[in-house]
Amino acid sequence: MDLVTLWFWLIAFTFTLYFFLEGFDFGVDILRPTLARTEPEERALTGTIGPFWDGNEVWVIAAAGLMFSTFPVWYGAVFSGMYPLFVLILLALLLRGVAFEYRNQVDSKRWRDLWDWMSFAGSVIPSFLWGVIMAKIIEGLPVGREGRVQGGFAEMFTPFSIVGGLSTLLLFTLHGANFLLLRLHKDTVLYNRARTAALRWGALATVAIVGFVVMGYVTEDLFEDFGILPWVFPVGAFLTLASIWLALSRRRDTLAFTMSGLTVLFATVTVFIALFTRGEVLPSTIDPDFGLTLEETASQNYTLVLMTWVGGIFLPLIIGYQIWNYYVFRERVRPDEGALTHGY
Amino acid sequence: MDVVELSRFQFASTSIFHFFFVSLTVGLAFLIAVMETIAYVREDRRHVYEKMTNFFGHLFLINFAVGVVTGIVQEFQFGMNWSEYSDFVGNIFGVPLALEVLMAFFLESTFIGLWWFGKDRLKPWMRLGSIWLVAIGTQISAFWIVLANAWMHHPVGYEVVEGQARLTDFAAVVFNYKAWLYFFHVQGSAWVVAAFFVLGISAFHLLRRQDADVYSRSLRIGLVFAAIGTVFSVVSGHTAGQAAREDQPMKFAAMEAQWETSDSPAPWSLVAFIDEDAQENSFNIEIPIVGSVLAYNSLEGRYEGLIPLNEEYQELYGEGDYIPPVTWVYWSFRIMVAVGSLLLATAFLGLFLWWRRKDGIDTTRWFLRALVLFIPLPWVANFTGWIVTEMGRQPFMVYGLLTVEEGVSANTAGEVLAGLVGLWAVYLALIGLDVYLLSVTARAGIHRKPEAQLVAAPAPDYESVGHQGYERRN
Repeated sequence: MDLVTLWFWLIAFTFTLYFFLEGFDFGVDILRPTLARTEPEERALTGTIGPFWDGNEVWVIAAAGLMFSTFPVWYGAVFSGMYPLFVLILLALLLRGVAFEYRNQVDSKRWRDLWDWMSFAGSVIPSFLWGVIMAKIIEGLPVGREGRVQGGFAEMFTPFSIVGGLSTLLLFTLHGANFLLLRLHKDTVLYNRARTAALRWGALATVAIVGFVVMGYVTEDLFEDFGILPWVFPVGAFLTLASIWLALSRRRDTLAFTMSGLTVLFATVTVFIALFTRGEVLPSTIDPDFGLTLEETASQNYTLVLMTWVGGIFLPLIIGYQIWNYYVFRERVRPDEGALTHGY
Repeated sequence: MDVVELSRFQFASTSIFHFFFVSLTVGLAFLIAVMETIAYVREDRRHVYEKMTNFFGHLFLINFAVGVVTGIVQEFQFGMNWSEYSDFVGNIFGVPLALEVLMAFFLESTFIGLWWFGKDRLKPWMRLGSIWLVAIGTQISAFWIVLANAWMHHPVGYEVVEGQARLTDFAAVVFNYKAWLYFFHVQGSAWVVAAFFVLGISAFHLLRRQDADVYSRSLRIGLVFAAIGTVFSVVSGHTAGQAAREDQPMKFAAMEAQWETSDSPAPWSLVAFIDEDAQENSFNIEIPIVGSVLAYNSLEGRYEGLIPLNEEYQELYGEGDYIPPVTWVYWSFRIMVAVGSLLLATAFLGLFLWWRRKDGIDTTRWFLRALVLFIPLPWVANFTGWIVTEMGRQPFMVYGLLTVEEGVSANTAGEVLAGLVGLWAVYLALIGLDVYLLSVTARAGIHRKPEAQLVAAPAPDYESVGHQGYERRN
C-alpha cells in the first residue's frame, strides 16, 4: 500500500473514531431533555460524559489537521465548499463546549435551563450536519476549474443529504442511549428510561440508514464500483443495527453498545469506500472532469513520510491514554443528592 | 467590504479571541503545576497550597473550555476561508498543525479531566503528573502553532514547484530562528498574563485581609513568574524587532512610521501624526539616537524607510503597493512597548519590596491596589503585539511568496459576512461570560462552595476535600 492510500484510510479512521466517540456524547446531550426530569438527574446525565467529551472532541480537530497536512487540496475544497455548514457546526460546538463548564457556575434554574438548551441544540445541529456533509462528499460539490469550489447554502440540502443527516442524528442518539446503559446505575429510573429510548431511537435509526443505503444505491450509483467484499460494510451496518434490538431485549448492554459502535464504523467506512472505489474524493457536479482525485489532492511524498512517523508514534499513545481515562472513570453514575457534597 | 477584507477580519477576530483565552490557559497551567508541586513536596504547608491549587484550578477550568472550542474554529478556518492558501502551503504548514493536535491537544484535554475529576480516584503523584502533562501540553501547543505562524513570516526549507510550496528540509522549518524568537515572546507573554492574573486576585484578597496565608504565598509565586515572564518578553521582543529589520524591513519601518531612509544615528519617534495618503508625518516628536539603539544595539546606523522599500519590493515582486497599514502598526507597537515596560517595572518593584522587608508587599496597600487594576493590561499588550506582527506583514500572507488576496477561498462576501456576524455574536457572549464568571469566582475566594457540580466531579471544597484526600491516601 502506498502512502497516499495509507493516509486516506487513516483519515477515514480518524473520522470514524470521532463519530464513534463524540457520537455518544452528542447522543447523551440530545437525550437529556426527554430522559431527565429532575436536576440531579440532569446532572447525572452530564456526569456520564463529563470527563470524556473534551478528549472525544479533539478527534475532529485531529481529523481536520491530518487532512490539512496529508490532503491539503481536498481539505481546502471540502471546508470552503461547504462553508455555511461548517460555520453552523462551529457555532454549535462553541456553545455546547462551554455549556459543560458554565452550566453549574451559577445556581439558578433559568441559567441551567439556558445551557441545557445550548447543549441540546449544540449536539443536534452537528449530529445532523455531519451526515449531510458525508452525503455531499459522495454526491459531489460544484467543483470548478483548478479545484475551486463555490457551493450555496440551499444546494447543500438534497433529499440524499437530508436522509444522510437524519441517519447520523438518529444513529448518534441511539449510540448515546446505549452508552448510558453502560454508565448509569442499573437500579435507577434513569437507566430504565435510557433502555426504552434505545429501543425507540434504534427503530428510527434503522429506517433512516436503510433509506440512506437504498437511496445511495438507486440515485447516486454509490455502489456501482463496489466489489463483492466492500458490500460487507453497508450490509454489516444493517445487521449490527438489527442485532441491537436483540441485545437490548436480552439485557446485554455491552453488546448493544458495541453493535451501535460497529454501525457507526460500518456506515462511515461505507462512505470512504465509495470515495475510494470511484477514485474521486470529491466529485464535481459541474463537469465530471473537474472532480478531485486522491493523487492530485495529496501532499508530496516527503510530507507523507514525515506524517507517517508522527502518526505511527502518537496515535497509539493517544489511544492508550484515552482508554486509561475511560478506565479511571468507569464507575456507574447515580443521580442522588448525596453526590453534591461528597461525590464518590 | 469584499471577500478578502471580510475573511481577513474574520481571521484576525478568531485569532485574537482565541488568544484572549489561551494566553491565560498556557500561563496558568504552568503556575498551577508549580503550586501543586509545592503542595506535594512541602508536607508541612500542604493544606495551604492545596487550597491555592484548587482555587486557581477552578478559575483555570472556567477559562479552559473556551480556549478549546475557539481552537476548533482556528483549525477549520484555513480550509474554510483560505483554501487557496491551504493548497499552496499544505505540504509544509499542515505538519506543525497536525503535530500540535497529536502532541498537545489530546494530552491537555484528556489529562485536565483526570486532574480535576480524578481528585479522589488517582494517587497524589498521578494527579501531580496529570497537571504537569497539561502544563507541558499547553507549551508544546504554543510551540507548534507559533512555528507555523513564523514560517509565514520567514519561510524556510521549501521550494516552489507548480504553484505549491514543497517541503525540502523539515529540520530547517523546526529550527527556523524566527519560530524560536516568536515562541519565547509568546511564551513570556502568556506567563505575564497568568502571573498578573494571580497577582491581581491575590492582591484583591490581601487588601480585604482575607486568607492571607494562601494569598500572600500565591502573590510571591505570581511575582517570580511576572519577573521571569516580562524579562523573557522584553528580550525576545527586542530581538524579534531587530530580526524584522533584517528580513521584514517594511514591518520595521512601519513600526517607526519612517517614510524616508533614516539618518545615522537614527532618532526614535515618540508621537507622530501619520498621513498615509501623503506618505509623511505631519507632526513628529523624536528622541535622538534611540532608533539606532533599537535597530542595531549601537549608537549609530541607519535603516531604510517605507518609500524606498516600496520601490525595492516592486522590483522584486512586481507592481503593487507593499506598504502595510502604518498607523495601526505604529500605534500598536507603542502601546505594546509602553504596557510591557510598565509591567516589567511593576514586577521588579514588587521583588524590591519583598527583598527590602519580608512582608513588604503584603502591607504596601497602594502597590496591591495597582496590581488589581493591572489585571487586564497584559491582554492589551498581547492584542497590540499581534496587530504589529500580522498587520506588519501585509499585503503578504506568506512573506514574499503569496499575498493575502491570492490565498482566499472562492466564497461569496455574503456567506463570509453571515458567518462573521454569527461568530462575533458568540465570541462577544463568551468573552462576557468568561470575564463575569472569572470575576465572580475570583471575588468569592476560597470559601465559596460551588452550589452544584457534576456528579462525576466532586465539589472542589477548597477547605477540606483535597487535604483530607491526601491524608487518606498517605
